[in-house]
Amino acid sequence: MAQTITQKIFARAANQKSVDAGENVWLNVDTLLTHDVCGPPTFDIFKEKFGSDARVWDPEKVVVLPDHYIFTANEHAHRNIDLLRKFADEQNLPNYYDVGTDRYKGVCHVALAQEGYNLPGTVLFGTDSHTCTSGAFGMFGTGIGNTDAAFILGTGKIWEKVPESMKFIFEGEMPDYLAAKDLILQILGDIGTDGATYRAMEFDGTAVFSLPMEERMTLTNMAIEAGGMNGIIAADEVTEAYVKKRSQKPYQIFRSDPDAEYHSIYRYAIEDLEPVVAMPHSPDNRATVRSVQNTRISKSYIGSCTGGKLSDFVMAAGILKGNTVSVPTNIVPATVEVARSLETELVDGKPISKILEDAGCTIAAPSCAACLGGPSDTFGRSEDDDFVVSTTNRNFPGRMGSKKAGVCLASPLTAAASAVTGKLTDPREFLR
Amino acid sequence: MDSIIQGKAYVLGKNIDTDQIIPAEHLVYSLSDPEEVKLYGKYALSGVPLAEAGLPEGNRPFVTEGEFRSEYSIIIAGSNFGCGSSREHAPFSLQVAGAKAIIAESYARIFYRNCVDGGFVIPFETSETLNSSVQTGDELSIDLENNTITNLTRNKTYTLRPLGDVYNIVKAGGIFAYAKQENLMSS
Repeated sequence: MAQTITQKIFARAANQKSVDAGENVWLNVDTLLTHDVCGPPTFDIFKEKFGSDARVWDPEKVVVLPDHYIFTANEHAHRNIDLLRKFADEQNLPNYYDVGTDRYKGVCHVALAQEGYNLPGTVLFGTDSHTCTSGAFGMFGTGIGNTDAAFILGTGKIWEKVPESMKFIFEGEMPDYLAAKDLILQILGDIGTDGATYRAMEFDGTAVFSLPMEERMTLTNMAIEAGGMNGIIAADEVTEAYVKKRSQKPYQIFRSDPDAEYHSIYRYAIEDLEPVVAMPHSPDNRATVRSVQNTRISKSYIGSCTGGKLSDFVMAAGILKGNTVSVPTNIVPATVEVARSLETELVDGKPISKILEDAGCTIAAPSCAACLGGPSDTFGRSEDDDFVVSTTNRNFPGRMGSKKAGVCLASPLTAAASAVTGKLTDPREFLR
Repeated sequence: MDSIIQGKAYVLGKNIDTDQIIPAEHLVYSLSDPEEVKLYGKYALSGVPLAEAGLPEGNRPFVTEGEFRSEYSIIIAGSNFGCGSSREHAPFSLQVAGAKAIIAESYARIFYRNCVDGGFVIPFETSETLNSSVQTGDELSIDLENNTITNLTRNKTYTLRPLGDVYNIVKAGGIFAYAKQENLMSS
């Protein structure tokens, strides 16, 4: 029977020849990810249910990347880091990346890729909804809660319903004014925040496969914003080149059969698309940037798992070079590796960090920072009735801190162009 | 599991995301310390904009200032309840505040799983738009055996979608209780 890539990965992890959409199966988990917000309660449940001296099913397969509330004076947040450290120590977890040491990485979804945990064909569960990001590597990744994560910690297994798949095909050549963010915001505007609930979102087409890994991760990252169980892009030579540089572990490449069944198929011609944003207060509230171009902004924010990768800052620097921002512009590299690259990677012969600083941006240390608001002293947190243009992934009420603020989701090109003018601005204004 | 759940309705709109259920700044408290968990009750649904809190009038917070328990035990909402993050703190905070059940047109997947697998609150679905006919404060009664909900205040009965695959997990009280019962944890 013809199968989608997601079905093939499920079948492998369930030790079955094939699986049907809608069927509940028990999966053997290859990697379990957790962080400082959901790790401590997960470990509590694990100890309560399996016993205080229970051991995790496979220490090599547990990855603990604190990233949410790192640079804060909040004592409860510090206690959560202490609890992670204690558990990692008790269980001898080799893949714990402690805060305040040179092992600290930053935002978990980007660090998973950079540290070689994303392997085609594998099954990843994580206590974070954006675990779907890793699907850019032709693997299955999805978010779960603490109870399910505790169950996996003890057994290495979890039940999941095999999703139906939706296919999104982008054909054509990406112009310099469009980013992956524009493509996913386009989809969200078309299908809504529950348009893919319980389904796999498979991305395909020449434009998708022309993207570097970091941009592919922007697409899969926001599958959850449509309610998707996972986002997935089959591995190709670009994926293999990235993976081989960062891991020696074996992997398996799966591809959808040409006659596999889909819930629905959406086709886009790149030439028909233009820069878009999601206006407050929902990621599906799409508007072309041109149609809202006079909207005043009070801040610009470039960061997070979806918008704080090196490729995002390369795009932003292309706009910001030689310009000055007119509103506070906060830069949060996702990981330490991204932060270091800002110092070494050049745009027009100048380090990216220098371009950003010369333009008047403030660069912070890597973490989730204000993407989800966080404790009151979090860098970049929205205040009062701020209107923030942001490369993050969610803009529900109160998401970046203040309940009165509005957040407008945009590509790094649009966020940078808007930072210069102080109002929502189509990046084509700067790319002529 | 009781076969009847009775209580007052708290009515919300659609797309109630997890930041509205429990804002991210509150995710730092312990989920096991009996005193500290009360904070999750205190801040349950505190991110819902006031105008949309407790429909149709609004301006009715789920939990009264200074309390950690709500007078409402059944939440009525539109589609896509619990969208957003994976935080299990969301259904947990509703449980701490005293919610027993949610009745929505649909749920986001992770929130739905968390409700069921953690045994926090029961997520029922209806194909009818209840949040326009039920008002905050109405007395409701859910009959789990017959999959119905009756609005005792307005004398109207509606059909609930059967829980299906997850009924046995809900009945057992969560994934761990279910797995023990089915001998799935002996590995």
